[in-house]
Amino acid sequence: MSRLGTRPLQYVVLVGVAAIFLAPLYWLISTALKQPADIYQWPPAWWPHDLTWENFSLAWKAAPFDRFFLNSTIITVVGTAAKVANAVLTAYAFAYLRFPFKKVLFTLVLGAMMVPGHVTLLPNYLTVASLGWINTYAGLIVPGIGSAFATFLMRQHFLTLPSEVTDAAAVDGAGHLRTLWRVVLPMSQPMLITVVVITAVEEWNNFVWPLIVTNTADMRTLPVGLLILKDEEGLANWGTIMAGTLLVLAPMLLIFLVAQRYIVGGITQGALKG
Amino acid sequence: MTALDLPVRTHPDERRQVASGNQEQRRRRRREYRLFALLVAPNLLVIAVFAYWPILYNAFLSLTDWNMIAARPTFVGLTNYANILTDPAFHKTLWITLVFTGLIVAGSLVIGLALALLFNQPLKGRGVVRTISFAPHILSGAAVATIWLFIFDPGYGLLRALIEPFGAEPPDWMNNSDWALPGLVIVYLWKNVGFTALIYLAGLQGLPKELDEAAAIDGAGTWTRFRRIKLPLLAPITFFLLITTVIGTFQAFDVIAVMTGGGPGDATTTLSWSIYNEGFQAFNAGRAATLSIIMFVILLIVTAVQARVMERRVHYK
Repeated sequence: MSRLGTRPLQYVVLVGVAAIFLAPLYWLISTALKQPADIYQWPPAWWPHDLTWENFSLAWKAAPFDRFFLNSTIITVVGTAAKVANAVLTAYAFAYLRFPFKKVLFTLVLGAMMVPGHVTLLPNYLTVASLGWINTYAGLIVPGIGSAFATFLMRQHFLTLPSEVTDAAAVDGAGHLRTLWRVVLPMSQPMLITVVVITAVEEWNNFVWPLIVTNTADMRTLPVGLLILKDEEGLANWGTIMAGTLLVLAPMLLIFLVAQRYIVGGITQGALKG
Repeated sequence: MTALDLPVRTHPDERRQVASGNQEQRRRRRREYRLFALLVAPNLLVIAVFAYWPILYNAFLSLTDWNMIAARPTFVGLTNYANILTDPAFHKTLWITLVFTGLIVAGSLVIGLALALLFNQPLKGRGVVRTISFAPHILSGAAVATIWLFIFDPGYGLLRALIEPFGAEPPDWMNNSDWALPGLVIVYLWKNVGFTALIYLAGLQGLPKELDEAAAIDGAGTWTRFRRIKLPLLAPITFFLLITTVIGTFQAFDVIAVMTGGGPGDATTTLSWSIYNEGFQAFNAGRAATLSIIMFVILLIVTAVQARVMERRVHYK
């Protein structure tokens, strides 16, 4: 650490690392804004000469991106709300209420984390089919709203809250749901935001389940729609495909810029304490 | 309040009930049970139907032959297991899965730790670079795969522009059975080393400084201190990352689906791809369920090993 010669070298490496992670994103954005002539030339144009939105309207024409966007938004908002509600209510019950065989039940909840999602694809498809939910929002959302990890995080957090506060609420005659809403949740805000953001990111990025459970273009989500766009354009029109890709990524990039400390905090906490 | 209070936390109602037995208290307890059931039921129901039931359902389906069109599955006993376990194509799939997983685990541990050591130096801008390197982790795998498909494009891709100045010919990555798998590994590493680095960095920052300083005073060099002090102390984190990366990589799907579709030929057909392929392209429920059970058992063993090691760690702490 004391050797002076290593410090400049470390900066060179640091800049190199930044370049490796930024370059693909720069290439995505600049290609989406380039004229075809700039994309299909060699050596490549390192920046767009004339900015154009044409690629976005071409992507919109090739596939119903407005519909994909709507579907992704519905699934992310409703799915996240339901899953976080499940996590909070289950965590509250396990942290504050009495019930016979509570420990066994909690182990059952946590045990769901041991079941790899990919293994459940076929049976869940058949279950959803027998419920008549193929190609519906219910089929897209419901199988994913069970919560084990977020329940675990929330419960651990509830147990760290000072008991005086919840006791005081109970003495004041507040019912459990009131205590949860007025006392426990406001005191758990950072953890709650973390859980919401991580869940929303997962819902938005989910790929294999929407791919399997939907079968018409108007029910597809953005990540699946992107696969369709790519197959349709046949890799011949990179400008259009990159514009579509940017539409999929942009909302998550925005959320990341705004909430990255919650995401980072939640992930390191889950890893180091879990 | 001390940490010891935590596990025995109870509702204040319970503490007030020293003299138990009167009716009011029994009614209150019943109300509490009912509320508990009400709050927990939706979550438990979804978990039961969509996480536990699938295991039993898979086990049943794996004993049948069914194209999902016929009215009901035909029972065939262990035929699917016998066929799959002796099938050279399955052996290749398993081998590809192991190579794929091994490369990603080794790559993300080594590169992730190297990045964490870099981010742990007092450099200006290290926080920004750490955030940048982590960003791909939260991006859609399908979208990331599409970007890299363009980067790998042999005609107009970014990688061609980087490789050509050195006089080398760029491969046709995703259409070449020798290059497709390494290409996928590059994409997964790009997407996930920022996560590994983040966890390692948290670990490094939690290490006691005294040991390192004492060793430095005793004349131990940077490399010796890294190998003899930091690396052993980071072992639990390395182990955690190893397990989670194995579990995640075994189920890798979106990047494969977008970039190769298991091909060219079967060059990138992993266990996760073949489950999808058997179930949703060949409509062979029996074989897909059998492959699912095989994956479940493999990952269950991995998780069990983790549980055992973690338990020991806690005991000896």
